[in-house]
Amino acid sequence: MPLEKPYLDVPGTTIFDAEQSRKGYWLNQFCMSLMSAENRDRFRSDERAYLDEWDMTEDQKQGVLDRDLNKMISLGGNIYFLAKIGATDGSSFQQMAGSMTGMSEDEYREMMINGGRSADGNRYLHEWGE
Amino acid sequence: MAARITASVYSSHVPAIGVAIDQNKTDEPYWRPLFEGYEPSRRWMEDNVPDAIVLVYNDHATSFSLDFIPTFAIGTAAVFPVADEGWGPRPVPPVVGHAEFASHIAQSLIQQDFDMTIVNRLAVDHGLTVPLSLLFGQPDAWPCPVIPIPVNVVQYPLPSGERCLALGKAIRKAVEQFDEPLNVQVWGTGGMSHQLQGRRAGLINREFDNAFLDRLIAEPESLAATPHVEYIREAGSEGVELVMWLIARGAMADLAGGPAPTIRHRFYHVPASNTAVGHLILEEAE
Repeated sequence: MPLEKPYLDVPGTTIFDAEQSRKGYWLNQFCMSLMSAENRDRFRSDERAYLDEWDMTEDQKQGVLDRDLNKMISLGGNIYFLAKIGATDGSSFQQMAGSMTGMSEDEYREMMINGGRSADGNRYLHEWGE
Repeated sequence: MAARITASVYSSHVPAIGVAIDQNKTDEPYWRPLFEGYEPSRRWMEDNVPDAIVLVYNDHATSFSLDFIPTFAIGTAAVFPVADEGWGPRPVPPVVGHAEFASHIAQSLIQQDFDMTIVNRLAVDHGLTVPLSLLFGQPDAWPCPVIPIPVNVVQYPLPSGERCLALGKAIRKAVEQFDEPLNVQVWGTGGMSHQLQGRRAGLINREFDNAFLDRLIAEPESLAATPHVEYIREAGSEGVELVMWLIARGAMADLAGGPAPTIRHRFYHVPASNTAVGHLILEEAE
C-alpha cells in the first residue's frame, strides 16, 4: 500500500513532507547559513559565488537569485527556511507571503485587513481547474 | 503535596506581534484591537502567575534545521537564550527553565511511552517568546520558569491530533508525580488559520477557527480526530499548528475524569500580518 498524501489535493499549496525535504535539503541548509551575520554579508557581496559553495541544483540557485519563492518551494524549499533570505533582504513575512500570490504588496495587505482569502473555492485542485 | 495544573492558556504566536510590542506600536490602530483583546488575560495573569509554565510551541527553522527534526522534544536546561531569527534577537529577557522539574517530566513521559527528545541547548524563537510577551508584557525578567516543549509541525508527517491530546494527558500525570507544591500552567501556542506559502497564501477561515475554539472547550476528544489535511484545507498549511493546542487541552482535569474547566477569557481577531489570532484561558476548578 502506498504512503497516503491526501494533501496533494489542495491548490496553491505545497506540503513540506519527507520527499520535499530530501529534494530541498541543501537549499534549506543554505538558508540556515544566513542565520549568521558574517554569512549574510558574504552572500550579499557575491550571491552567485556564495551559492556555488552549496550542493544545490542550478534551478534552486536560480530560484534564489530570482527571489522566486514559489519556484524555491516547488524545488523543496520550506517557507520557514526561505524566510532567512527574506530577513537578509529586509523583507517582512507579509511581503514574502504576498509575493507568492501574484498580488501586489498593497493588494495583499488590503486583502488581509479585509479578513484574508476565503477558503471557499480554494479547497481542492478541481476548484482551480487543476 | 504534589504539583498540580491550575490552568491552560492558548495563543497564536505571530512574529509580527513581537515586532509590534518591541517597537512600541501596540497603540497603533492596526494593532490596538489585538492587544486590547489580551488585556483581560493580562489582568488575570497578574493574580495567577504560576510557579512554572509547560509551554508547547514549534521552532521555526531556528534551533532545529534539517540536521535534527524531533517530533516531540523537551527543554531541560537551566536557561534558554532568545534566538536571533535573522533580524537580531528580540529585546526580551532570557527564558529561565526549571531543570529539575523538566527532567522529572521527561523521565515520566518516556516511561509513559512518549519517546521525547531531550534538549539542553535550545535558543527559543518567537513561537515561545511572543505568547510570553502577550501575557506578561515587557518585564525585566519573566515572572516564572518555563519548560519548552517544541513540537515538529514543519516537516510532514506531524504528530496526529490524537497523539497530541494523549501527550497532554501524559504531561498531566507527570506533573502530578512531582513532589513539590507547584502551580503549573500548560500553554498551547500557534495558529489559528494562516497560510504563508504558495498562491493560496493569506487564507483565513473564521468559521473553522471559531468552531475549533468551541470544540476545544466542549469536545476535545472528537476534535483530536481531525486529520491534518482538514487543517491544511480549511485553516491553511500553517494553520495545522493548532494541533499543538490539543497538548495543552489534554492536560486538563476533565479528560482525567475531573470537573470541566472554567473559561476565563476567549478572544479572536483578524488579522495580525498573515494570521488569524485566537486566545483562550481555561482555569481548573479549585
